[in-house]
Amino acid sequence: MITLHHYLVLAVILFCIGVFGVIVRRNMLVIFMSIELMLSSVNLVFLSFSRFLGSTDGQIWVFMVLTVAAAEAAVGLGIIVALFRNKPTLYVDEVKELKG
Amino acid sequence: MLDFIYKIISPQTVAWLIVAFPLAGATINGMRSLVASRFGKETSHSLTSFIGCGFPILSFVFTLVTFLLLIGFPAGQEPTMITGPLFQWVLDKTLVVDIGLKFDQLSLVMGLIVTGVGSLIHLYSMGYMGHDEGYTRYFSYLNLFLFFMLLLVLADNLVLLFVGWEGVGLCSYLLIGFWFEDPEKAAAGKKAFVVNRIGDAGFLLGIFLIYTTLAANNLPISEHGFKFFNFEVIQHYRAYLLPYATPICLLLFLGACGKSAQIPLYVWLPDAMAGPTPVSALIHAATMVTAGIYMIARLNFLYVLSPTAMTVVAWVGALTAIFAATIAVTQNDIKKVLAYSTISQLGYMFLGLGVGAFSASIFHLMTHAFFKALLFLGAGSVIHAMSGDNDIRNYGGLKEKMPITCWTFVMGAAAIAGIAPLSGFFSKDEILWHTFHSGHTGLWLIGFIGAGLTAFYMFRLVGLTFFGEPQMSSTKWMKVHESPPSMSSVLLILGFLSVVGGWIGIPEAFGGGNHLHHWLEGVFGKVVVHEEMEVSHAPEIILGVVSVLWALHFAILASVIYAQRKEWPEKIAGRFHFVYELLLNKYWIDELYDFVIVRPLLFISRNILWGVVDEKWIDKYAVMGTGQMVLFWNRCVTRLQTGIVQQYLFFFVIGVILMVWRYAF
Amino acid sequence: MLINWIHDHFLTLLTFLPALGGLFILALPKGEHNSIRALALGTTVATFVVNIWALFHFKILTDFTFQEVIPWIPAFHIDYRLGVDGVSFLLILLTNFLMPIVILSSWREIETKVKEYHFLMLLLQTGMVGTFAALDFFLFYIFWEIMLIPMYFLIGVWGSGRKIMAAFKFILYTMAGSVLMLIAILYGYFKAGQSFNYTQWLATPFTADEQFWLFLAFALAFAIKVPIFPLHTWLPDAHTEAPTGGSVVLAGILLKMGTYGFYRFAMPLFPEASAHFSPYILTLAVVGIIYGSLVAMVQKDIKRLVAYSSVAHLGFVMLGLFALDQKGVEGAVLQMINHGLSTGALFLLIGMIYFRRHTRQIDAYGGIAKTVPLYSAIFLFVTLSSIGLPGLNNFVGEFLVLVGAFQTKTAFASVAVVGVVLGAIYMLWMVERVFFGGIKHEENKKLHDLGLREVLVMLPLIVAMVGIGVYPKPLLKMMSLSTENFVKLSNRGVIARTPSVARRTKQSSVEPGLLRSPRLRSGSSQ
Repeated sequence: MITLHHYLVLAVILFCIGVFGVIVRRNMLVIFMSIELMLSSVNLVFLSFSRFLGSTDGQIWVFMVLTVAAAEAAVGLGIIVALFRNKPTLYVDEVKELKG
Repeated sequence: MLDFIYKIISPQTVAWLIVAFPLAGATINGMRSLVASRFGKETSHSLTSFIGCGFPILSFVFTLVTFLLLIGFPAGQEPTMITGPLFQWVLDKTLVVDIGLKFDQLSLVMGLIVTGVGSLIHLYSMGYMGHDEGYTRYFSYLNLFLFFMLLLVLADNLVLLFVGWEGVGLCSYLLIGFWFEDPEKAAAGKKAFVVNRIGDAGFLLGIFLIYTTLAANNLPISEHGFKFFNFEVIQHYRAYLLPYATPICLLLFLGACGKSAQIPLYVWLPDAMAGPTPVSALIHAATMVTAGIYMIARLNFLYVLSPTAMTVVAWVGALTAIFAATIAVTQNDIKKVLAYSTISQLGYMFLGLGVGAFSASIFHLMTHAFFKALLFLGAGSVIHAMSGDNDIRNYGGLKEKMPITCWTFVMGAAAIAGIAPLSGFFSKDEILWHTFHSGHTGLWLIGFIGAGLTAFYMFRLVGLTFFGEPQMSSTKWMKVHESPPSMSSVLLILGFLSVVGGWIGIPEAFGGGNHLHHWLEGVFGKVVVHEEMEVSHAPEIILGVVSVLWALHFAILASVIYAQRKEWPEKIAGRFHFVYELLLNKYWIDELYDFVIVRPLLFISRNILWGVVDEKWIDKYAVMGTGQMVLFWNRCVTRLQTGIVQQYLFFFVIGVILMVWRYAF
Repeated sequence: MLINWIHDHFLTLLTFLPALGGLFILALPKGEHNSIRALALGTTVATFVVNIWALFHFKILTDFTFQEVIPWIPAFHIDYRLGVDGVSFLLILLTNFLMPIVILSSWREIETKVKEYHFLMLLLQTGMVGTFAALDFFLFYIFWEIMLIPMYFLIGVWGSGRKIMAAFKFILYTMAGSVLMLIAILYGYFKAGQSFNYTQWLATPFTADEQFWLFLAFALAFAIKVPIFPLHTWLPDAHTEAPTGGSVVLAGILLKMGTYGFYRFAMPLFPEASAHFSPYILTLAVVGIIYGSLVAMVQKDIKRLVAYSSVAHLGFVMLGLFALDQKGVEGAVLQMINHGLSTGALFLLIGMIYFRRHTRQIDAYGGIAKTVPLYSAIFLFVTLSSIGLPGLNNFVGEFLVLVGAFQTKTAFASVAVVGVVLGAIYMLWMVERVFFGGIKHEENKKLHDLGLREVLVMLPLIVAMVGIGVYPKPLLKMMSLSTENFVKLSNRGVIARTPSVARRTKQSSVEPGLLRSPRLRSGSSQ
C-alpha cells in the first residue's frame, strides 16, 4: 500500500538531492537542473496533499509553481548566457565577483 | 541762544573735550596715514604736526581751564567735579557701569602732568621724528596714547580706568614696535604687552573680587545703583571690603607691578627703550608707567584697610628701587640707564605708597615726570646728534658741542639725584622721611642707599657723555650739533620745571607751604599726617641735609671718576669681576625667565600638548582609533564574503536546518 | 496685504528666502558666474534687510516672539513651529549679517563650480537660520542636519590640502553626536506626551535618571559642535582646509550651534543634570581655554592657529553659560556674537592673503606690514579685538563672562583669567612673525594691498566691533529677559538641591514665564 507517507519521503529525498546538487556541483547548468529538481519535489508534495485532502488548492499551486519555474528558467538561463559571454566558463567557483 | 551755548560749554562738556581732542587727533592722523600708505603717497608733515600737536595743546588748555574753574570754587567746597555718565556702558540688573569722568585734586594733578608734559613731548617730536617716514602714524599713536592716558586718570570707575589702562598698553606696544622692520623692536613691543597682560589679569581679578564682595552684601540698591565699580561707591562701602582687603589690594598691586615695572614684572621696561626716544620719555618715564602709582593712590582708602598689602607694596617698591639702581650703574646704553633709573624711581614711589605717604608719592610722580622726561629728551637730543648711537662709551666731551642739552641734562640729573633745592630733592626726601618716620628703618636704609646709587649712576652718565675727552672718530665729532630750537626749547622748559617743580611741595620743615600735600588732602584725607611732625621739624631737617650730602658726595665722585679717571672703574670691575658681570647682565633675570617660564611653556605646548595630547592621544588614538576599530571588524567580517555562491548557499542551508531544528523540536 | 503677511511671517521669510534664492541660482546657466554671484549677494543682502526690518518689530519678551505654528504632520504631533527669543534672534542677525560678507569675500576666490558653491551657501544659510528659529524638535533636527550636508561639500569640494579627510572628520564627528541626540529626542517625545513642542518639554518633569541620560545625549551632540576640549580635533582640520567662506561660516555660526544648543535645550530642559555635570563641563571649558591657547601658540599655520584660538574662545562661552549668572550668560551670548565677528574677520583676512600668496605658513611671511600697510592695520585691529582689548567687542563679552563666573564659580574664573594673558601671547606673536621684522621672501615684496571689494568686506565687521565694544547696551538689552529666564530655568536643578527652607523662598521667586504656556495643561494630560 502506497500511502501519503511514501510520497512525502520521496519528495524529501528528491529535495535533498536537489539541495546537495546545488551545493556541491560546479557546473551552473547542473545546479540549475538541481533547482528544478527541488521545485519538482515541492510540486510532488503539493500534489500528494491535494490528493490526500481531496482539495484542488494544491494543484492550483502546482500550476503557479510551474509558471514561476518556467519564468525563472528563462531568466536564469539568460543570466548564465550573459555570464558565459563575459567569462567563458560554466563553473560557479570561478565566478567570484562578489568577494568582499 | 546764549543759554544754549552756555549749556553746551558747561564744565562737563569742557571735561569731555579734554578726552575727545586727542582721540580726534589720533583718528584724523590715523586715517590720513592709512590712506596715504595704501596709495603709496606722502602725507603733509606740517598738517600732521598741526593736528598732532594742536589737539594735545588744546587738551592741556582745557585741563587748565577746568583746574582754574575748580580752584575757583568757594572755600570749604571740595574742588571736585564728576561729569556724570556720558552713557551707560554695560547694563545688567546687577551691574551698571557709567562712562563718566571724575575731576578731583588727584586726577587734576595727573591730568595736568599728562597733558602738559605730553604736549611738550609732542612738540619735541616734531623735530626728533621730522625725517621719519612714519611721521603721521607716529603722531596718531601718540595722540591715541594721550587719549587713553587721560581716560585712565580721569575715569570715575574702575572699568573705565581699565579701558585706559589696557589702551595705554596698546599704544605702548605700537610705539615700542614703531620701527617694526627691526625684529627686536617688534619683539620688545610684544613683550611689553604680554608682561603687562599678566599684571592686567591680576588687576581684573582684583576688581572682580571688589564687585563680588560688594554684591554679596545686600546693600541698599537705591544708594549704589549697582555701580560697584564706581570709586565713590567703593569708597562709601569700603568697610564691607575689609575681609577681602588684602587679596584685593595684592591683586590690584599685581596689575600695578606690570604697568609700573616693579619686581617681578619689570622686565619689559628696559626692552621698551626700543621705541623712539620721545616715546620713552612720555610713555615709559613720565606718564604711563606711573599709572600703577596713580591707581593705588586713587584706591588709597582700600589700601589703608590692609596693612599686609601696604607692607608688600613698600617692600616691593624698596627692593625694586635698589635692585634697578644697581643694574643702572653698569649699563652702557644711555636709554637703558635711564630705563633702570625709571624703574628705580617708580620703586621709590611705591615705597612712599606703602608707608602711607600717598601725597609724597604723587609729588614724586610729578617731579619725576618733569626731570625724567627732561633726561630722556636730553638723551634723545644726544642720540639724534650722534646719529643713532646709544652707547655712552662712544660719547664724551659733548658739553662743548651741545651746551643746552648738556646743562639741562645736568639739571635733570641733579634733580633726580636729590640735590637741594631742585625738585627731586623735596619729593624723594619726603618719601624717605615718611618711611623713616613711620618706623620702617630697614626700608629707609634701602631707600637711602638707593639714593646714593642714583646720584652715582646719573653722574656717571653725565660724566661719560658730556665731560672728559670725546671717544669718537673726528669725522663723527664734526657732525655733532646742538638740536634744533623746537627740541632744545622743550628741554629748557622741562629744565625749568625740574628746578622749580618741587617748590610747590616744600615741606613745612624747610619753610615751605607744602601746597601739593594740602591740595591732595581732599583725596587722601589726613591719615598720612603724623602728629609729631608738626611738633618738631628737627629730625626731618637733619635727614634732609644728610641725604643731600650723601647724594652730592656720590655725584661728585661719579663725575670725577668717569670724566677724568676712566681706569678706576675698570680696575674695580676687574677686581669684583663676578659682581660686575652680574650687574652688567642684569642679574640674568631675562635669561632666568626665558629658561624657567618661556621655554618650558613652549616645549610643553609644542611637544606635549600639541604633539602628544592633541595629535596622538586624541586624534590618532581616540578618533582615528575608532575608525581603525571599525576597519578591523570590517576585515574580520569580509573574510566570509568569498564570492563563491555555493558557500553562501551552504551557510544558508545550515541556517535553515538550524532554524527548523530550533522550532520543530 | 503683503506687508501684513511679512509682519506675521518674519521667521519663515528669513529662513526660506536664502533657499529660494538658491533655487533661482540653480535655474541660471552654468557659465554666468557673475550673475550667479550677484544673485547670491542680492539674496543675502535682501535677507539681511528683512532681518533689520524684523528688528524694528522685535519685542523684548520673556516668551518667544514672531511665533508661527502650523500643524505639519498631525499624526505624530509634528508642527512647523518657529519662534525666537532675544538670544536666538541675535544669532540669526549675526548669521544674516555674515552671509553677504561671505558671498562678497568669495567673489574672486571661488572660480570652479560657482553655481554649486553659491547654492550650497544659501542652503546652508536656510539651515542655520532654521536651526536658530525652530521650536519643534523634529523641525530643529531637520534643520540641524540640513546644515551639515552643504558644509560637508563646501569643505570637500572647494577646500584645500587634505580636504576630503577634513570633510569626513567633520561629518562623522557631528553625526556621532546627532544620532545620540535623535535618540534622546525620541525618548523625550514619548515622555512629553508625544510632543515635539519645546515649551511642552520645558513643562515636562523629567526624573533625575532621565535627565542624566538625556542631558548626556544632548550635551554630547552640542559639545562636539562647540567644541569642548577632548572633542575638538575635527575643528582645526575643518577650519584649515575649508575655503575662506566655509571657515567663516564654520567659525562664525556653526560653532554657535553647540553653545546655542546648551543655552536652548540641554541646560533649561535638564536643569538637575546640568547642575550635576556643571563641575565637569566647567573644568573642560577652562581646560579648553588654556589648552586651546597653548596649542594655538605653537601652530605653524595661521589658519590653524586661529582655529585653535576658537577652542579657547568658546571655552569662555561655556564658562559663562555654566556660571548660571545672568551677567555670565549675557557675556557668553555676546561672546558668541563677538567670536563670530572677530574670528570670522580673521579668517577673511587670512583668505585674502592666501589668495595672494597661496600659503598660510607663518614662516612664509614676515615683514609684510611694509608692503601691505592697510591689510596689516586691519589685521592688527582684528587681532586686538580678538584678544579682548577694552573698547572693542570681545572685551565686553569676556568681562561679563568673567565677572559673572567669578561671582558664582570663583575658582574656574580665576583660572580662566590666564586665558586672557595667553590670548595676547599667541595672537601677538603670530602678528609679530607675519607682519613685523624684515622681509625674508622675495614674493612678499610684490604683494598688493587690499582692494575696494576687500575693504568693503571688512568695513561692516570693523564697525560692528567698535560699535559693540563702545556701546553694547542695545544688544544686552535685547537679550536681558531671555537670559534672565534661562538662568531661572536652568537654576531649577541647583534650587532642588538646596535645603528646603531656602528652596521655598527661592522657588517663589521663579517666575513661570515659559512654563505658563497654553499647551502646558493639555500636554500633561496626554
